[in-house]
Amino acid sequence: MSRDRVAIVGAGMTKFVRRAQETPKELAWEAASKALESCEMTLDDIDAVVIGTAPEAFDGVHMKSEYLSDGAGGWGKPVIRGYVGGGTGVFSVIQGWYHVASGLFDTVLVVCEEKMSSCQPHPQGAFLTIFDHTLERPLGPNLLWIFALEMNAYMSRYGLNKRDIALVSVKNKRNAADHPAALLGDPNITVEDVLNSEVLAWPVQRLDVSPISDGAVAIVMAAESVARRVTNKPVWVEGVGWSLDTAYWTNRDLSYPTYVEEAARMAYKMAGITEPRKQIHIAEPYDPFDYKELHHLEGLMLFDKGKAPEATALGITQRDGDLPVCPSGGLLGVGNPIAAAGLMKVAEIFWQLRGEAGDRQVPGQPRRGVAQAWGDLMQVGTVVVLGI
Amino acid sequence: MKEHVYDTVYLRSKDFEEGRVLFETWDPKARYAWDAGVAIGRFLAELKAGRLVGRHCPGCRRVLIPPRMVCEHCFLPTDAWVPLQDTGTVVTYSLCYITWDMVHLKEPQIPAVIAIDGASPGMGIMHLLGEVDPEAVKIGMRVQAVWKPAEERTGAITDIAYFKPVES
Repeated sequence: MSRDRVAIVGAGMTKFVRRAQETPKELAWEAASKALESCEMTLDDIDAVVIGTAPEAFDGVHMKSEYLSDGAGGWGKPVIRGYVGGGTGVFSVIQGWYHVASGLFDTVLVVCEEKMSSCQPHPQGAFLTIFDHTLERPLGPNLLWIFALEMNAYMSRYGLNKRDIALVSVKNKRNAADHPAALLGDPNITVEDVLNSEVLAWPVQRLDVSPISDGAVAIVMAAESVARRVTNKPVWVEGVGWSLDTAYWTNRDLSYPTYVEEAARMAYKMAGITEPRKQIHIAEPYDPFDYKELHHLEGLMLFDKGKAPEATALGITQRDGDLPVCPSGGLLGVGNPIAAAGLMKVAEIFWQLRGEAGDRQVPGQPRRGVAQAWGDLMQVGTVVVLGI
Repeated sequence: MKEHVYDTVYLRSKDFEEGRVLFETWDPKARYAWDAGVAIGRFLAELKAGRLVGRHCPGCRRVLIPPRMVCEHCFLPTDAWVPLQDTGTVVTYSLCYITWDMVHLKEPQIPAVIAIDGASPGMGIMHLLGEVDPEAVKIGMRVQAVWKPAEERTGAITDIAYFKPVES
């Protein structure tokens, strides 16, 4: 199969905040215009638009991406919305990739926006219909249950304690202190702070979870011929992959994300990666909860099963470690406006590989990075490998 | 438009009470009459009779619970009903001190995934644990369904009030 080579050539984002008083369209415009500006393009240069945004119930607006499209540069253009829950932000890049790789378009603007703060009293209410209406919803579930159940299964399988996992939250919130768009950066946070935070659904405590947030991120993707014209630092999409596990989540082994491994294998094969640990220099796995970063690092085959906590304790995943993980600060530190948070991870790899990450820049001039997101009913893995 | 024209102040409940924000309460008045379908329909009828049942797949030979008419692995129709026990093993659990809208609970709810005896390994359902000290709950704990009295059962998952520990 012959495909056009596709690059990311520009990126931009809004600050992630707990409540932005701007509308979704205004947020989307801010991110989109920054992304275009970063590569000196205008909307006239864009052939198609991909919009990523999560449940419509957050905004209480049906056909949310169509509503959002005016702010995302969609007027008069081919527009598509992808939606795979929390996996959306990285999946939208995959959609942008195949728009261009197919030869159909030369340039695509990918815009992800999320505004969780409008939904009161808590946006979690918008999620509850994810549970099976006959067998689970009558039990009065809340969304934290499934994460707590998964976290406990992971801890139990490998004999981990809360301290092993809290290190991730500390690392990411400290990293985020260097991110100008971050909501929850804290250079002084300690493991004790995490362990002493309020218990929500044991083993999940307040500081194990990323916060409700609002924000938008956009990137510009281009075919090689255009990319070489607009920038001397294109970042190539070397591999993409995604995979979905069964919705019968109570039948799965919750201690290991098989679907992430499947998505990673697809992306690595495309990228020619045979030894991910050696060939990937930087990673942005999805970290809405601290244990999820560990879970996903293992699914991405960057560490053996059950070994990501040990690597974290050894400092390997620190920004100056052997394999910097979430140098942005991740969802735990920068914030978690669902679809935008996933695209933020791709943007972070883009900036890191170009050496444009400012105070967050990892040493050693990384040449290849992986971004990953996760979502739906804890069942989808979306993976993008970028390189220079 | 410059970046973040407005302050980013989070909403508090008193902002609503004192009418300081423009808001709308929207009740879509949507009512859903979900059909349980073939597999879950039978499952619910069996619950009303105080029994748990699964489905057998002729391809992978797994016994599946929740029961389904198609095995998602083999993409084959399942071919038989299999009676299961109402006992099982706690695969994982949580002690939940908060409701979805962040109301605090003094006594935790204890959701768990319970692998049901008689089904294939790893075949669990979600339910609640009861009659147990939260501190004493363990992964691997043996549990049994506590059924509502027959006259109170409606053919719903809540016909099992909860699962309680039993001697292993």
